[in-house]
Amino acid sequence: MTSAATLGHLAADSTTAAAESQGFLSPTGVEVAFLLVGLVTFGAAVVTVTTRQLVHAALWLVVALGGLAVEYLLLTAEFIAWVQVLIYVGAVVVLILFGLMLTRAPIGRSPDADSGNRWAALTVAVAAAAALVWVVVDAFRTTWIDLDGPAAGSTAVTGASLFQNWVLPFEALSVLLLAALVGAIVLSRRAKANHVTEAGRPTGPNGSGKDGVR
Amino acid sequence: MNDVLDVTLRLLIVFAVFLAFPLIVGQTEHKVMAHMQGRLGPMYAGGFHGWAQLVADGVKFAQKEDVVPADADRRIFQLAPAVALLPYLLVLLAIPIGPGEGAVGQVVDAGIFFVLAVMGVGVLGSLMAGWASANKFSLLGGLRTAAQLLAYELPMLLTAASVAMAAGTVSLVGILDAFEWWWLPWQIVGAIVFFVAGLAELQRPPFDMPVADSEIIFGAYTEYTGLRFALFLLAEYAGIVVLCGLTTVLFLGGWHGPRGADGLGWVWTLLKTAVLAFVVIWLRVTYPRLREDQLQRLSWTLLVPLSLAQIALTGIVKVVIQ
Repeated sequence: MTSAATLGHLAADSTTAAAESQGFLSPTGVEVAFLLVGLVTFGAAVVTVTTRQLVHAALWLVVALGGLAVEYLLLTAEFIAWVQVLIYVGAVVVLILFGLMLTRAPIGRSPDADSGNRWAALTVAVAAAAALVWVVVDAFRTTWIDLDGPAAGSTAVTGASLFQNWVLPFEALSVLLLAALVGAIVLSRRAKANHVTEAGRPTGPNGSGKDGVR
Repeated sequence: MNDVLDVTLRLLIVFAVFLAFPLIVGQTEHKVMAHMQGRLGPMYAGGFHGWAQLVADGVKFAQKEDVVPADADRRIFQLAPAVALLPYLLVLLAIPIGPGEGAVGQVVDAGIFFVLAVMGVGVLGSLMAGWASANKFSLLGGLRTAAQLLAYELPMLLTAASVAMAAGTVSLVGILDAFEWWWLPWQIVGAIVFFVAGLAELQRPPFDMPVADSEIIFGAYTEYTGLRFALFLLAEYAGIVVLCGLTTVLFLGGWHGPRGADGLGWVWTLLKTAVLAFVVIWLRVTYPRLREDQLQRLSWTLLVPLSLAQIALTGIVKVVIQ
């Protein structure tokens, strides 16, 4: 999410107007909408980490991530917004739901859906949020996006800035993802090999019934 | 005022298409399946060859009681049909059927990403339904839905990326503006992979393992009755319209006919979409259901490598012709 956020801000950075003609006292419709969607996103995020119902947490995450996509749209970063929906809502949340359904997803409250680490987690979250907010505020201060001009976050602009100015971080990220992919394959293959050696011995009546599909 | 009128008119037209086309596809499916199986299909409702059968079905669904199981998660159970249906309405807004501003609901700059992202959201509806029903068959259906989506989203994205590379843009209108007839043989592998992956994402036969009625009793939709069940069915047929329209736009040249893009461009789009919808129905009556492991193997060992090969081919040709 952070990389997407950085991209959004980078793209927005390319055409920004100075703040002389802008003020905080007479907000435009877009600014009001931005603020309201931000509040909804924040609320959904808080509910995500505080609710005791596991699947509800995943679904509130959909609301939070979707709200973030709307914020990108309002910042004219259209491409980033749709990628946000595609990756986070379409893939990550589906993966989370899949994992929940595969393991344990009771309807109603889960009594053990709480952690002793909550204060440590809260500290880390607040520290991370403070650092991010500080960096963003310090970087952009009083720049405003010119909504009447050409879109500052269109696919062409984003692509050009990504592959001209930021190609090294992009490639480094690709290598990181590739390493993660290879690691996942290695782990799954090792688990399979262990499984095969264990299955070689007679282990009891577990292998009957529904496993006999083949 | 003029703008407001324009937007309202576009929304109304797209909404009418959204309501009418799935019904037409559904009725065609009734009749085509019947004739392929040596039957007549519906013959009475409405008089002429049973044309009003689906209208009658709709009236029937609306009269049924809307039951929510006692152990279900009420709110999510009731919300799920809307989550399954609405994304297809949004996607329909972005599909251009003819050249120019007038023939598309809304020009979206990153069109391919928009349609694929929003279509992916629709599957959340099935997952919510499967979980919230508090029924083991529904949960199994939801699980299979998720597994299928994770497997088939990748080839779909890769082949769409291949077309975007060929056209040099991710806008659906831009892709059609750049279209040449020889893209057809060039992108044919991608077209087939996209179409097959799309069928799997819609859970149409032969990829209907998640709803397999003969073993898990319609999967995620087991507990649904009345209007909410009808909404799920409508989502499936709206999905067929959207998938066929998208394949037409991305791979078959949309409004381009044999004599170029002049004149009746939108007729070509509708014609190609209709032919593809016929193929969808045809596949349903032709192939038996794939088993879960066969489904996964088809995607990971055949479709993903094919789409990667298509991307390589697109890249090579693109570099050569420049």
